[in-house]
Amino acid sequence: MTKATDTLIEEPILEIRNLQTSFFTDKFEVKAVDGVNFAVPKGKTLGIVGESGSGKSITSLSILRLIQNPGKVKGGEVIFKGENLLDKTEAQMRQIRGNEISMIFQEPMTSLNPVYTVGQQISESFQIHQKMSKKEAMLRSVEMLKLVGIPSPERRVKQYPHELSGGMRQRVMIAMALACDPELLIADEPTTALDVTIQAQILELMKDLQNRLGMSIIMITHDLGVVAETCDYVAVMYMGKVVEYAAVKDLFKHPKHPYTVGLLNSLPRHDIDLEDEELQVIKGSVPSPADMPKGCRFAPRCPFASEICRERLPDLEESEDGNQIRCWIYTDEWDGEPEVNVNGERTS
Amino acid sequence: MNEEINNGNALPQTTVNPNVVKMKTFWKKFIRNKPAVIGGALILFFILTALIGPHLVPHSPNVQNLANKLNGPSAEHWFGTDQYGRDIFSRIINGMGITLYVGFFSVTIGLIVGVTLGIISGYYGGKLDAIIMRIMDVLLAFPGILLALAIVSVLGGSLQNVIISVGIFSIPVFARIVRGSTLAVRKLEYIDAVKALGANDFRIIFKHILPNVTSPIIVQATLSIATSILTASGLSFIGMGAQPPMPEWGAMLSDGRNYMYDAGHVAAIPGLAIVVVVLAFNIFGDGLRDALDPKMKN
Repeated sequence: MTKATDTLIEEPILEIRNLQTSFFTDKFEVKAVDGVNFAVPKGKTLGIVGESGSGKSITSLSILRLIQNPGKVKGGEVIFKGENLLDKTEAQMRQIRGNEISMIFQEPMTSLNPVYTVGQQISESFQIHQKMSKKEAMLRSVEMLKLVGIPSPERRVKQYPHELSGGMRQRVMIAMALACDPELLIADEPTTALDVTIQAQILELMKDLQNRLGMSIIMITHDLGVVAETCDYVAVMYMGKVVEYAAVKDLFKHPKHPYTVGLLNSLPRHDIDLEDEELQVIKGSVPSPADMPKGCRFAPRCPFASEICRERLPDLEESEDGNQIRCWIYTDEWDGEPEVNVNGERTS
Repeated sequence: MNEEINNGNALPQTTVNPNVVKMKTFWKKFIRNKPAVIGGALILFFILTALIGPHLVPHSPNVQNLANKLNGPSAEHWFGTDQYGRDIFSRIINGMGITLYVGFFSVTIGLIVGVTLGIISGYYGGKLDAIIMRIMDVLLAFPGILLALAIVSVLGGSLQNVIISVGIFSIPVFARIVRGSTLAVRKLEYIDAVKALGANDFRIIFKHILPNVTSPIIVQATLSIATSILTASGLSFIGMGAQPPMPEWGAMLSDGRNYMYDAGHVAAIPGLAIVVVVLAFNIFGDGLRDALDPKMKN
């Protein structure tokens, strides 16, 4: 097990070590998150990228200990400001949720309670954590709406969620999450359900708020465009494991893991003329978590996979530039072709 | 002008929660349902009658006049007189209050206990859910009146005990309905969102889930009142409920059945009164259900 390094991260606000979360059925155990390590530097944004089912959402729910039956956090450590959240009592966790670590969800349409006004819902955090009176909380809610850039907040605060557009609702969600000035914001695909222009606005808003309030962000997404735009560091997840952890510039310039390369190649590129080249796809599909490959999880789909890849799981190793990679190709034990060109060089 | 620009941002309304129906659409649908409107109007009329009626009736419900017994309807006695010469019209009006009182209070007991159990069951799930729901299954396995009868025979026959026993017998219906709706609501994202804000279970259950499961509760409460009235009258009919000389309809019906051939009205009128009240609550409840259930379009 490798620890997140000091060269890469000076002062992590959150560090996850060997986190394991499983879902149990009658017959078998599905390891949704299987030994995940990463760190979130203070005031920075970490992107977690991966396909559906790679365990990125489960990781974020595990941090807040919101995993529900039949799921369970089996092991590992979630170190937030020097303390392991997995050792906290439920009451202590409630003090942390919404107060020190907040979360915004994917679907702004269903993430607000339809029977309460926007103001009542933002007031909720103030009432839970700061024991404010209703009146005071409502005044603060108006301020929060102003902060997230909603016009005429005095009027909006009295409206119900169905009276707002998707982008507006996501702004309200952000206002709710930021009400108590948390140090870490977990955004679970915050822009997936929004159309492109609104997406840009919301990302812009989050960046702006981060600069003003100085919080750290975990941005969970499957959209590499979002990552490029907002993140400082990226953790690429595949089947419950981090396969590559790198600064965002390094990842886009020199992706190392064949999976990361595959992800990047499957994006349309504007910098080179691709008239006679087709968009590449990663062959095959994600195996069922109930039927894990024995060696490297990506081996069945990897164009470079050799004997050792199919037999043994590689560790998350640190490379010279301080980034981390889980791939045999970059180790001394590599038994495949000696000069493998993963083709990870990109011009932009 | 500013107003218009801002409104331009809003999307057309979408119903997010299957359990919540807009007030406007609710009224539109309800008003169009003629029988339900009539049922509602009748219930309103019954309540007013129960409140004001006893002060307006020409005769006291318990004054006997043996010289005038078992008379048919007349100008003096609109619904005739019973075997002691008491005015049946006055007794029916006075009995209205008893009937509604029994209906409302027993359902209130069932509603409070049933909703609490159901919401806890649905929210926590697991073993607690299994235990609560199995107890409810046991209660449901008894034919309604038999269970009420068993409870009343343990507690003793009085109107108060009828309310308690009928209340207990309506608990499982509420528990089941609320559990089902809670299961649906608790999976919704906004419950996760308030959890992520640090809300405790009490707050989540009573502030966020309960308001979202009210429409099935309202519908069931209305329908349950009808059943409760019927069961309570049944208990009084067999002498386990209201005791004479209380003008309870079930008891009156029971008294009247001895004179079926000579003076049919003594039994028929309280019977008819029960039918009308139960029918009113039933069609009102059906109308509410149609108006509150988003799955029933048009």
